[in-house]
Amino acid sequence: MGKITLQSVRKSFGDVHVIPGIDLEINDGEFVVFVGPSGCGKSTLLRLIAGLEDISAGSIAIDGLDATHLPPAKRGLAMVFQSYALYPHMSVRKNIAFPLKMAGMDPAEQERRVTHAANILNLTNYLERRPGQLSGGQRQRVAIGRAIVREPSAFLFDEPLSNLDAALRVSMRQEISELHQSLKTTMIYVTHDQVEAMTMADKIVVLNAGRIEQVGSPLTLYHQPDNVFVAGFIGSPKMNLITGPTAAAHGCHTLGIRPEHLDIRADGIWEGRVGLAEHLGSDTFLKVDAGALGTLTVRATGEVGLRHGDVVRLAPQEGRLHRFDQDGKAIRG
Amino acid sequence: MATKASRSAARLMMAPAVILLLGWMLVPLIMTLWFSFRNYLPLKGGDLGFAGFDNFIRFVTSTSFWPAIGATMTIVVGALVITIVFGVLLALLLDQPMWGQGIVRILVIAPFFVMPTVSGLVWKNMFLDSVNGLFAQIAKMFGATPVEWIIDQPFPSLILIVSWQWLPFATLILLTAIQSLDSEQLEAAEMDGAPPLKRFWYITIPHLSRAITVVLLIETIFMLSIFAEIKMTTAGAFGTKTLTYLIYQRVLESQNVGLGSAGGVYTIILANIVAIFLMRLVGKNLDA
Amino acid sequence: MARAATNRRKTINTILAWSVGLLIFFPILWTILTSFKTEGDAIAYPPKFLFFDWTLENYSIVQERSNYMRYLWNSVIIAGGSTLLGIIIAVPAAWSMAFVPSKRTKDILMWMLSTKMLPAVGVLYPIYLMFIKLGLLDTRLGLVIVLMLINLPIIVWMLYTYFKEIPAEILEAARMDGASLKSELLYVLTPMAIPGIASTILLNIILAWNEAFWTLNLTAAKAGTLTAFIASYSSPEGLFYAKLSAASTMAIAPILILGWFSQKQLVRGLTFGAVK
Repeated sequence: MGKITLQSVRKSFGDVHVIPGIDLEINDGEFVVFVGPSGCGKSTLLRLIAGLEDISAGSIAIDGLDATHLPPAKRGLAMVFQSYALYPHMSVRKNIAFPLKMAGMDPAEQERRVTHAANILNLTNYLERRPGQLSGGQRQRVAIGRAIVREPSAFLFDEPLSNLDAALRVSMRQEISELHQSLKTTMIYVTHDQVEAMTMADKIVVLNAGRIEQVGSPLTLYHQPDNVFVAGFIGSPKMNLITGPTAAAHGCHTLGIRPEHLDIRADGIWEGRVGLAEHLGSDTFLKVDAGALGTLTVRATGEVGLRHGDVVRLAPQEGRLHRFDQDGKAIRG
Repeated sequence: MATKASRSAARLMMAPAVILLLGWMLVPLIMTLWFSFRNYLPLKGGDLGFAGFDNFIRFVTSTSFWPAIGATMTIVVGALVITIVFGVLLALLLDQPMWGQGIVRILVIAPFFVMPTVSGLVWKNMFLDSVNGLFAQIAKMFGATPVEWIIDQPFPSLILIVSWQWLPFATLILLTAIQSLDSEQLEAAEMDGAPPLKRFWYITIPHLSRAITVVLLIETIFMLSIFAEIKMTTAGAFGTKTLTYLIYQRVLESQNVGLGSAGGVYTIILANIVAIFLMRLVGKNLDA
Repeated sequence: MARAATNRRKTINTILAWSVGLLIFFPILWTILTSFKTEGDAIAYPPKFLFFDWTLENYSIVQERSNYMRYLWNSVIIAGGSTLLGIIIAVPAAWSMAFVPSKRTKDILMWMLSTKMLPAVGVLYPIYLMFIKLGLLDTRLGLVIVLMLINLPIIVWMLYTYFKEIPAEILEAARMDGASLKSELLYVLTPMAIPGIASTILLNIILAWNEAFWTLNLTAAKAGTLTAFIASYSSPEGLFYAKLSAASTMAIAPILILGWFSQKQLVRGLTFGAVK
């Protein structure tokens, strides 16, 4: 079981209110990703749930039981740290068995669980090594192994992939997703990388300045961002945000259109000059200087024979425009 | 960055060290201050009453005060100059590629591990003695008249001993600092056309300035209170009575505790002035 | 240096450095050599460098002086005891400051450092008086306490700088894994900090072993250490060079060996982390 409920949780360091007040419900078995720019309070929120920091006000309940004042060890949660935080003086086997040893578990059962975890994570051949002798990906697996053996009610991941190189990050991302599929345990995952959030999450929590901007499934956030912040944060390349007369003409303060929703067509309503063209093969990203509209990013599929200086006309796709009011809130309907 | 539980545990675990050091600092300090205002003569009946500022005035007006300041300054400044100048040169030399670097390092560091009483006695008897000392014998070989070092040249003798003890310390710290100099900086300067001497002056020396200051301050604090070296060699004779030694004699030899304590208060103030500068430097490093 | 130096330059460096190194080491070397000479050879003119009648006689004479072993034993007990006591008090304190820092941590560290700078002679009499009153004068216990206190700031500082290098996340991981504070210190922090703790111990044994001011002023025949033992050679026995050398060699040998092991950590310990 792993249902976690936060009620008006607040955290201040002295006069600095890192988290001014958060309510959040995480359901059993969900894969929840906290995403936001650095300094948005996402890691602090995770540490509050873990019990590594005291909350200043509010309450945290795990499976319906008040956990607000429980020490970390008593919350039944496991955490995978950004730096992996492996014990360098212990072998992989001992690292994985450490939480079991601390719980005073019978050695035979410890052994069984370690073997099982090592099997799942392909670590069987490395059990006698020290963390220092492992590669980044292997260390990551040991850290996960140490979390799995406890059979926690929820896993907490604090930017676990940020120390890995790009290729490894992709494959570890898949492994963690698969792990979630097979364990069906609640996972809370913190990242600043919106691609990780989009690919892994059942539910994304977008945080900014200690506040929740929006909670929803990846595609909800993509299609129906509640506000300018979420609109700009989710999606790559970023959504184009246009202000001024053009926005006013659509009855809003800010008009948003995603790069992939701008078509290059001879009958396009907007005109601009190509500045930078990035040819990726599968896609082409164009930075188009569109005068009063500012610089628009356009994502064209495949190879496009456009170069610096070419004049293009752009047409926003029907029904793909996002409208936001003065306060950045989405105007719907 | 922690929970209340760990914070209170932390306070509890810090308590023994803090309380002990607080006691160690305050109790004797207050007693010294108290004595410094008393006529305290254990051999003549003990505490003979309030003395006002008499002890402080008598201490600085006594005929031995200024010579003691002079002796202290001579030894400290002399040894500082020698250890820092030779320390820099030696550190530069040891930083160069060579065979047996590790062994040379060990040879150079060794004097630091010799206890002060040993170095005092060995230097005094086996090197500086005017009859059988090695220096006298070498002088004889060249047909020169051996010098009565400890008696005729007490300051050079003491500076030599103190410098010999502290040169390793200076060298070791400066060497560590030199080795932390990014070699790319020097290479960039070389690409910019700076000749070796200029590279040394504009890159290496500024890089070392911090380490030099640290050596200067730490050595000053330790050298202000050198004791065994003097006790073993001149025992304060031949004008080598430093402030520390003068106070030691007042307190333990002539048992004028009031007067000695007033002197102690002066040294505490003096040491604190040096300490403030050192602490600033160290403190800056804590933030980094 | 990124470039390979020419062999010629390397040769010059080597000759120069070895000459300077040997010059600096010479007084120690000479003392060791003299300890194996007869008293006659020790003062022979011209001086005998290596070609003399090697003898161990001086060592046996020094050892036979009934009290040598006691001084040695006192040194061992006092240097070891004060260091051990200091470590026991300092480990929890350094842990607190490194892993649960508060706004005052820096001030406390600086204040601890400032107590180290208190000139000993300034508080000599109060300590002397307290020692008489408490019956600690010329006792090992008294000296253990004083040396522990004068070195405690260095021990705390050194441990603090070592502990700081241990990532806080590892300790948090232990907490998540269900370790109590005791298990955290015992199974995670201490094993990881063993190299740091070892070099702290080493440096403090050296400092305590060589301490002279308090040792000379607070002890006599009963609790005197080798520092005091050597001091008793000041005169007229200092004129017996061979015996003085043998006694000196025995007094400094253990610490020279320990010191060579700890030379890398020396810088950190003696500059309070100001030079790295």
